[in-house]
Amino acid sequence: MFIRVHLWLTKMLGSGLIQGLAVTAKNLVGSFHDPLRFTTLEYPEQQPKLPENYRNFPFLVTENAGDPMGTLRCVACQICEKECPPQCIYIEKSKDKKPDATGRMQIYPAVFDIDTSVCMSCQICVEVCPFDAIKMDQVFEIATTDRFSALLLRREQLAKPNEYYHSIHPTEATEVDARLAAERKVAEEKAKAAAAAKATAPKPAANAAVAGLAEAGRPGPATPATKPIPAPTPPQPASSNPAQPPAAPSAEAENSPPAAA
Amino acid sequence: MSVALSACVATSASEWNVRVAIAAKHLLAAAAESRLERLPITARDFFTQWLPDPWRWLVNSLIGIVAIVVVFASLFAVLTLVERKVLGRVQNRPGPNRTGLPFLPFTEGRMFGLGQPLADGIKMLTKEDIVPRAADQVLHFLAPVALLAFSILTFAVIPFGRNLVPLALDAGVLYFFAAGAATELAVFMAGWASRNKYSLLAAMRALAQLISYELPLLLSIVPVVMLAGSLSTGGIVEAQGGWKWGFVPHWHVLTPWGFAAFIIFFISSLAESNRSPFDLPEAESELIAGHLTEYSGFKYALFFMAEYFGMCALSGMGVTLFLGGWQAPCPFLEIIPSYVWFTVKLLTLLLGFIWIRATFPRLRIDQLTRLAWKFLVPLALFNIGVAAFWSRTHDWAGPLQLARWAIALVLVVAPFVLIGRKLSAGIAPRTYRYAT
Amino acid sequence: MHGRRTAFAFIESRIENRKSKMIALALIALVTLGAAAIAMSLRNLIHSALLLIGSWAGVAAFYLWAGAEFVAFAQVLVYVGAVSMVVLFAVLLTRQSRAELTLTPDSYRRVIAAIVTGGAVLGVLLGAVLSTELKVANAKPLPPIVSVLGRDLMGPYAGALLIVGVVLTVALLGAVVIASTERDSTRGARSPGGPATEDAP
Repeated sequence: MFIRVHLWLTKMLGSGLIQGLAVTAKNLVGSFHDPLRFTTLEYPEQQPKLPENYRNFPFLVTENAGDPMGTLRCVACQICEKECPPQCIYIEKSKDKKPDATGRMQIYPAVFDIDTSVCMSCQICVEVCPFDAIKMDQVFEIATTDRFSALLLRREQLAKPNEYYHSIHPTEATEVDARLAAERKVAEEKAKAAAAAKATAPKPAANAAVAGLAEAGRPGPATPATKPIPAPTPPQPASSNPAQPPAAPSAEAENSPPAAA
Repeated sequence: MSVALSACVATSASEWNVRVAIAAKHLLAAAAESRLERLPITARDFFTQWLPDPWRWLVNSLIGIVAIVVVFASLFAVLTLVERKVLGRVQNRPGPNRTGLPFLPFTEGRMFGLGQPLADGIKMLTKEDIVPRAADQVLHFLAPVALLAFSILTFAVIPFGRNLVPLALDAGVLYFFAAGAATELAVFMAGWASRNKYSLLAAMRALAQLISYELPLLLSIVPVVMLAGSLSTGGIVEAQGGWKWGFVPHWHVLTPWGFAAFIIFFISSLAESNRSPFDLPEAESELIAGHLTEYSGFKYALFFMAEYFGMCALSGMGVTLFLGGWQAPCPFLEIIPSYVWFTVKLLTLLLGFIWIRATFPRLRIDQLTRLAWKFLVPLALFNIGVAAFWSRTHDWAGPLQLARWAIALVLVVAPFVLIGRKLSAGIAPRTYRYAT
Repeated sequence: MHGRRTAFAFIESRIENRKSKMIALALIALVTLGAAAIAMSLRNLIHSALLLIGSWAGVAAFYLWAGAEFVAFAQVLVYVGAVSMVVLFAVLLTRQSRAELTLTPDSYRRVIAAIVTGGAVLGVLLGAVLSTELKVANAKPLPPIVSVLGRDLMGPYAGALLIVGVVLTVALLGAVVIASTERDSTRGARSPGGPATEDAP
């Protein structure tokens, strides 16, 4: 009997109106304590949570935040300048060499300009960089009052520390760091083996250099007998060999033609 | 008050009720004389006691008028902000929360949006006042003036507190609705003076809406006047005095006919003040802004002020006629002064207006005229009959009380259901087909 | 409500001077008749209609002056609130063109005949009014209380109330019938754009 009355009440004229009022009231009351019923993000006091793969304009990675210009990973190879579709990167190599993060003397970019009024954030510079030196940033609050000079970012504005890279792209950054550390370790062992071999005899030094070159010539499990095939693997082409002091000039000579191909 | 008290005593003869009635009488007497209750009167007399007689009456009246205008104008400002924030919260967003006063400390210039009415007022005042060259200059100027004047006139008979009626008229309710009817003229003047055929068309539509809903509005008042026996607002408030069983007040809304009459009155006052879901005249998608198209700046603000004044006045009248006016719901809550109770009830009704605006979509002109003429008017007429039955059977006591309530409820609900069924015949509930 | 003093009773008790009462009456009469006269002479029909409404409001002021509050508010509610709407709708819906009417008489003879006739009527009325002896009430009559009015309407004057109600109902039904037959007959020839036509309830 009561169920029948209840059913009749819900079908009565005006019951839909009352249900609508109930929904509205639930929204009103819920908006104070239930985040589902208050979906506004009060920007700029609350920043949106950006997805990790969001990208907007590149930046240069420095190893040591305390010495940004001295520890840039970038060696001014000018690959990104050549690959950039709208040609918004302008690089000038330095005339001298400065020690980089690993202590090795390295040329560095004296001028590294990116014109952000041209850059389309296509990430090609990141994809082609052999040294993991340029990565995509996530800045969007970069409005300026000057249309020309303020939109040209210089080397000092572009250099950001590796910790910053970790904070915006954590998985990418850890993967890059792991890879770089692994390569450096391999290169160090190479250098030790080369030094030990050199110490024993000059002849095995050349074999060791070739063997070390073969070993260092590809990422992953290396087969020492095969010659280094200049195959560009998707994330990175042949990794850096400058940690090997004796093989350095030949390694560079071997590596730059395949990378430039 | 003594009439209500004796009515209380007469309806239930048990001794407990008599004792409670006496206790209520003492409480009422104490409350009526309390300092807080008489505060407005004493404050006013403090300034005007020393004046000679006719001047004192004049200055008292002027103080009353100024107080009403100031209070309701600031209520209008606050109400616009409250409406926007409540509407926002219902729609899962905060509403205005950035405007504030930049020079105030500790607020970072935000102040939860409390500066929004001030910002809106400044914006309206500094807008250019454009009057079309072909418009009727005199009428174009007079329309918002007339509208606002008649809207403010309606506040004169609302009892804001125990001694706080600005004008104690014998036919106060009739005065209220006469002044309200005169506001329709100003709507026509606004539409005509713009010399814009779309404005005129929209003014005609607005007028049709206003006239259609006059009738249910007035018809829903008739039972109240009949049962209270007086057209004066103070008399109607006092006729709702007293408490049954010590805590249930005798408000008209708590009777079957009164509840139906209150619903009809509420819907009609939504339509009379051009409020959603009956805001066809002022909706942006309807003929631009309807009869207000050619108004800019402060005149536009005056139209909206007049609409909100109408809303407040009709809510005030609804409180007076149905919700017991300035009386408290329970005897022991009489400590709180009467004007505070009136304000609480008024704000509840205004919140109801805003809640309804947030919920329902707009009605078309044919839908709303059909609602008025075919649904509300017959229901209001039936309601008069039910109220007549109620008044004739006021001496039914004991188990007959239940019979009285049952008969009255059936007589109220049956026409509602039957007319509702007849009018929605052939209109099936909406089924939605989704493209899957 | 017997014990409550209305504001008008208060004013009346203060203004005992007949002279000030007559001055008030003169002002009200001036406003009423002036509005009506100007309404007759204006060219713009809507302005005339609005001034006529002002004249009705002046009549309501007259009722208030005489102490009849109920009738005054009923006058405002009915005339200014409803009859004005009827007049304005009628003016707007039956205008042939937007041109304002010109009020020039046909010939001078008509003007003289009008003045003579109007003057004669005025003379007769004035003579009748001024020569009648009006009884002066001994005691000051109480302002009519609404409940007394109501009981009188339901009691001795119930017949008049019922006749008035019947007349109004007949008028309403007649209007509905005329409107519906007119619509049927002019359905083909009617130009689209009657803004205020609604379905008959």
